[in-house]
Amino acid sequence: MSLRIRILEKETIDQIIDEALGVLQDPGVRIHNEEALELLAEAEALVDREAQVAKIPEKLVRWALDQAPSDFDLYTLAGKPTCHYGGDAVQFDPGSAALTILDSESEEQRPPVTSDFVTFVKLVEVLPQLDAQSTAMICSDVPEEIGDLYRLYLALNYMCKPIVTGAFGKDTWWIMKEMLEVAVGGSEELASKRVAIFDVCPSPPLLWSDLTCQNLIDCARTWIPSELVSMPLAGAVAPVTLAGAVVQHTAECMSGVLISQLAQEGAPIVWGGSPAAFDMREGTPPMGDVGTWLIDCAYAEVGKALGMPTHAYLGMSDAKVVDAQCGLESAGGTIMAALTGINMVSGAGMLDFESCQSLEKLVIDAEIIGMTKRLITGIEIREKPIALSLIRDMGHRGEYLGHPHTMRWFKKELYFPSQILDRGSLDSWKSKGGKTAFERARDEVKSLVEKYEPSGLAPEVRDELRRIAERAADKYGMVKLPALPRE
Amino acid sequence: MVTDLLADIKENLINGDQERTVELTKIALENGIEPMTIVNSALAVGMQIVGDRYSTGEFFLPNLVAAGVTMQNALSILEPELQARHEEVQRVGKVVIGTVKGDIHEIGKSLVATMLSCNGFEVYDVGVDVPTEIFIAKVAETEADLLGLSALLTTTMTMQRQIIEELEKADLRDRVKVMVGGAPVSGEWAESIGADGYAEDAMAAVRLAKLLMQ
Repeated sequence: MSLRIRILEKETIDQIIDEALGVLQDPGVRIHNEEALELLAEAEALVDREAQVAKIPEKLVRWALDQAPSDFDLYTLAGKPTCHYGGDAVQFDPGSAALTILDSESEEQRPPVTSDFVTFVKLVEVLPQLDAQSTAMICSDVPEEIGDLYRLYLALNYMCKPIVTGAFGKDTWWIMKEMLEVAVGGSEELASKRVAIFDVCPSPPLLWSDLTCQNLIDCARTWIPSELVSMPLAGAVAPVTLAGAVVQHTAECMSGVLISQLAQEGAPIVWGGSPAAFDMREGTPPMGDVGTWLIDCAYAEVGKALGMPTHAYLGMSDAKVVDAQCGLESAGGTIMAALTGINMVSGAGMLDFESCQSLEKLVIDAEIIGMTKRLITGIEIREKPIALSLIRDMGHRGEYLGHPHTMRWFKKELYFPSQILDRGSLDSWKSKGGKTAFERARDEVKSLVEKYEPSGLAPEVRDELRRIAERAADKYGMVKLPALPRE
Repeated sequence: MVTDLLADIKENLINGDQERTVELTKIALENGIEPMTIVNSALAVGMQIVGDRYSTGEFFLPNLVAAGVTMQNALSILEPELQARHEEVQRVGKVVIGTVKGDIHEIGKSLVATMLSCNGFEVYDVGVDVPTEIFIAKVAETEADLLGLSALLTTTMTMQRQIIEELEKADLRDRVKVMVGGAPVSGEWAESIGADGYAEDAMAAVRLAKLLMQ
């Protein structure tokens, strides 16, 4: 029996959907992409070419929601389905596109380089709690213009799990697609055994930029799944009421589903986002805020009500180091996301809003995810009677530890933490060096990375990927890409 | 056949399967395998593996205790046969163990008792909430080499000191080594009350007991 919570009443969900449909009719959505405006005009939306605004009738949105698949899978590089989008499946991947990494030794933020991201990918590969990779950080040792595709290039060399990614340009998207095809063995393979999903982010309020809109269209036409990342900032660029922010989110996502389905009927697309409840003191978008959790969980419920697979950026922290704030914010978001049944929860490892990745936090977050996955499996009735006959048999003897009943169930019933959680006595903790969770995580990172085994990608595939990446790098003045760390 | 049976006994002991281990032990005897061979080549080897797997994190406390109980059940089948042959399982030493007066905590003490027993010690478990005079009497009666005193409360740990004082009064202190354990107990505490050693957990207690026997 899976544990689930519900944030919104059914009437509230209906009201939110009605109002979002109203928003799409008036004031409509700003769309800074000619191709999308053309598609919408052909479909008989009211398109003002000059203002680049589309006013969308309800029936068009309803049609698009009907076309979009309610579920699909992501596959490993080896071609095995491993992440299910749809229903109440819950899976986790790291937060993506960090600009800095928290240095393991100095505990200060610095720009990441190739070797940092390679270590990160290996770590994600060996952490069983994480279901997918993400292009988690932007390497500073290559030209900015190839920042997006270079991450994917590195990840493809080391990963087997599927990957959540995204493009920073219209042209780089095509290079990333080419890399994915090389990695899986062709465009048909890429369309059928989907190994990657692209984030596409509308800008709040109600705007599709040229770049992200084009990515959305190109993904749909090539059957590559995309994930709508709508980010209403409650009280700043969206209504301050949490339900109001969800109305805006719903309208933005509906417009995204429509554009995607107009480009290709039946293209896989996910109802996702990264909203925040604006911090009214600091003027920042706190990712670990309770209001943020509520907006995320509520929009996911709306997405589910519309039959869409779901995603959210949750389980992150706004702390600058891996401290108590970091733990409590990450745990809260992770637990809420899982209890809501969000299909892909992105955020593990992420600090300082959505800007800093940490290997140590990733390992600690994996522990939170492990506990959360146990949490949502709830309490199962293993035997009937539950325990009456056992307790009668034992009488007043407290000798359960080695009892066959214990042997039979303890592994299934209990959660077994890694070394991240200290549960020894004070003396035992002291004898192991009296380390904090961060210090234990640092040790754990080292021992986990050693367990990484190469993905078995064929040498000619590696060479081809490198040729593609080098061709792109060359265009921006970098003749030789950084060497890949030895495995 | 012989090696298969011994391997089966060992595997079932490792898995903590009491019924099957006892059954196989009986079959082994019926097939003419020497009881001492069963002890040394199946049971003792199996227990060693269980201990190793616990140390590496692969096994957990239920595995330790289940294997311990399984071993004791198998030994109870073998002991009459051993006696008939005028043989006995080589004991590392004799231990009296219990939880001190005023303290009813059992798990830690029982775990240590089980592990000591599995590691070749002859164990006299006197239970919980044990009056000082019972400890003294049992040490005298069994001529124990070791005395294990468990206390889980800060209010009862002082009993450990009192028992050591009483051992001195009874002229037994030189004949028995005293090990102390329990949540509030530390190495410093052990030293301050004149105990011979302190162990952090059941596996450490076995190591300490073996060290004290040397």
